[in-house]
Amino acid sequence: MGKFAKKERGLPELNTSSLPDLIFTVLFFFMVVTTMRESEVLVEVRVPSASELTKLEKKSLVSSIYIGKPNRSMRARFGTESRIQLNDDFAETTEISNFIGAEKAALSEKDQPYMTVSLRVDKNTRMGIVTDVKEALREALALKINYSAAKRENIAE
Amino acid sequence: MPGVNSSSTADMAFILLIFFLTATSMNTDKGLARQLPPPVPDELKNQEADVKMRNVLRILINSQNQISCQGDYIDIKLLKNKTKEFIVNKNNSSDMPQKVLLKDVPFLGDLMATKNHIVSLQSDRGTEYKVYIDVQNEIVAAYNEIRDEFSLEHFNKKYAELDDEHQKSVRAVFPQKISEAEPRTYGGKK
Repeated sequence: MGKFAKKERGLPELNTSSLPDLIFTVLFFFMVVTTMRESEVLVEVRVPSASELTKLEKKSLVSSIYIGKPNRSMRARFGTESRIQLNDDFAETTEISNFIGAEKAALSEKDQPYMTVSLRVDKNTRMGIVTDVKEALREALALKINYSAAKRENIAE
Repeated sequence: MPGVNSSSTADMAFILLIFFLTATSMNTDKGLARQLPPPVPDELKNQEADVKMRNVLRILINSQNQISCQGDYIDIKLLKNKTKEFIVNKNNSSDMPQKVLLKDVPFLGDLMATKNHIVSLQSDRGTEYKVYIDVQNEIVAAYNEIRDEFSLEHFNKKYAELDDEHQKSVRAVFPQKISEAEPRTYGGKK
C-alpha cells in the first residue's frame, strides 16, 4: 500500500454502488410482467377493436393462429393474399388439425378441455378464410376460441 | 481480504435486462371469447335443426358489409337495442322468442324467460372481419347489458360484482346463444 497524494477535487464522485440494485429492480419488473415471445409473426396483424373484452386466462393454455397479409419481407415469396400462420410458418387450413393435435398433446390431460385458440386476425381480412379456419377448428374439436381485439368504447355511446 | 469488486454487477444486470426486453413481449391478450359448436356428424348434416322461427334472431352481413336483422337493413348502432329487445321479449309478443318456465333456478325460484332463443349470425365470404367483430361485439354487449339489468333488479348488484353461484343462475336465465353459421349457407338451406 503506497501513499497517495490527496487530489484536490471540487465534487466527490457520484456513488454508484446502488446502481446494480436499481437495474435489478427494473429487470425483475420486466421478468414478471412480460411473457416470452412465442413466435415471430410473419403476417401483418392489426386486430380490430371491441368493447366487450374478456382477458385470456392462462397463457400456457393458449395457442395462437395468425391470419393476415404476409408482411413486407415475405411478400415477394408469398404474395399479398391473406395467409394463415401456425407456429413459425405459413400453413394451409388442412394443417390446422395437426397443429391443434400437437398443441393439445403438449398440455396435461386435465388442462386439455381448457385449451383456448386465440385468433389474431387482421381487421381487413375477408371472412372466407376466417370461416375456413373456424370450420377446421370445429373438426379438430378446439371449440374454445377467442377473437383477439383491442379495447375501445362502445360505438352506441 | 479485500471485498469482491462488484462494479460490473450493473453491467451484468443490464445485459439480462436487455435480453428480457428483446425476448419478451408485453401484449395483453384480450378478446371476444366464443364457444364453437361441436362438429355435426355426417348423418345429421342434411337435417334441419328443429327450431321455431320466432326463436331465431337472424343477423346477416353481406359482402358489402351491410347488416340486416330479421330481413331489414339496420345500422350497427341500433343492433344492440334490437338484440336486447328480442332476447328479453318484455311484452311477450308473438314474433319474439317464446318464454318458457324455468323451474327452481337457485336464488330466483320459478320464472319465465326466453331460454330457447338463438341469435344467428351469418356472414358472407367477402365480409370484412372488422365488421364481423363489430357485430359480434354488439351482440355480446346486448347480453352483458341484459344480465346487468337483471342482476340489478334481483340482487341490487351488477353481474360482474355477483359471486359465482349468483352469476350461474343469471346465466341460466339468460344463456348466451350465438350461432355462427357457415357463410355458404347464406340465405337458405345447404
